[in-house]
Amino acid sequence: MANTYTLIEAKTLSSAVTNVEFASIPSTYTDLLIKISARSDYAAVADNLYIRFNNDSGSNYVRKEIYGSGTSAASYGGTATAFEYVYFNGSTSTANTFGNFEMYIPNYASSNQKSFSIDNAREGNATSGDLQLEAGLWTGTAAISSIKFIDQTTGNFVVNSTFYLYGIKNS
Amino acid sequence: MAAGSTYTPIATTTLGSNTNTVTFSSIANTYTDLVVVVSAAISGGATDIQYRFGNGGTIDTASNYSTTVLYGTGTAAGSYRQSSQTYILADYYAVPSSTLGNSAAIFQIMNYSNTTTFKTALNRSNQAGGGVDATVGLWRSTAAIDTIRFYANTNGTQNFLTGSTFTLYGITAA
Repeated sequence: MANTYTLIEAKTLSSAVTNVEFASIPSTYTDLLIKISARSDYAAVADNLYIRFNNDSGSNYVRKEIYGSGTSAASYGGTATAFEYVYFNGSTSTANTFGNFEMYIPNYASSNQKSFSIDNAREGNATSGDLQLEAGLWTGTAAISSIKFIDQTTGNFVVNSTFYLYGIKNS
Repeated sequence: MAAGSTYTPIATTTLGSNTNTVTFSSIANTYTDLVVVVSAAISGGATDIQYRFGNGGTIDTASNYSTTVLYGTGTAAGSYRQSSQTYILADYYAVPSSTLGNSAAIFQIMNYSNTTTFKTALNRSNQAGGGVDATVGLWRSTAAIDTIRFYANTNGTQNFLTGSTFTLYGITAA
C-alpha cells in the first residue's frame, strides 16, 4: 500500500533560535500538515509566533480565530504582513510546558490562493492557558515552497522544541 | 492521525465543471475512520456546504441530522445549533466564497461502518474572510456509512465551481 502520509522533514532544536524554516518543500504532495511543540525563552507566560510562506512579507495574510482563555471566548481577525498571534508558552509559564500546534494546508502547490487551518493550544496548569482555532488565508498564488515560523517578540524557540512537516497525497 | 499506509486515499474529485453535489459512494467498510478534505468555491459566494450520509447507495433525506457550531467572525465568538434537520451544516460563518482557494474544510467521521451506534462527524471549516467554524454533526442512524454527499447550499441550489477539490481518506487503526 502506498505511503501517502509522509514525513518530509523533522526539526528538534538543540539550541535556541529565533525562527525555524522548512525550505525547499517539494510540490509533489497534495496537502501539507505541520505539527509543532514549542516553548519560548521570552519572559512572559505566553509568547506568539508568526508564519510566512515563501518569505512573502507583503500584507497578504488574512486571519480569523476563535479564542478561549478558560474564562471567556472571543474572536479576532485582521490582515497583516504575516499570519500572526499564534500563542505558545513563554519562560514564566509552568516549567516544561510547551505549546502545541497543528496546521493543515490543502492544495499548497496550486495556483490559487491558499486557505489553511490551525488548531493551537497553550496550557500551563498553574499559569494561564488558551486555545485557538484559526482560519488563515495567504493570497499568494505561487506554490508554497517554504514556510517560516518566527518568534514574534524578542524571544527564541527553546531547546527541545519540535517542528514536523508531513506531506499527504491523494493518490 | 496514524502515519504511512494506515492513511489511505480512497477517492478524489477535482471538478471539471460546475456541479451542485459531490458524492462519495460505495465506501468500503474496511477502515476505522474517514477523513474528507474539501477546498471548494461556490457560485454566488457566501453559501454554505451541507452534507448527508447514506447506506446501500440510498441517501437519508429524513430529519435525522443535527449540528452544533462554535464560530468566530473576527469580532464575535458564539455557538449555534439545529436539530432534527434533513442535513448536517458544514459551516456557518466560514462559508465558501466564489474564489477558489479561499476556503477549506476538513471532516473526520469516526467509526463510520459500525452498525450499533449513531454516527458523529467533526469538522473544521475555514474562510479567513468570513469566519472560522468548528462543528459537530450527528446522523441518527445505526447503518454503516457507505455514501457521503456534499451539497452546495440547501439541496444543491447553488454549484460547486470548476476546480473545487474533494478527497476522501480512510484511516485504519491497525
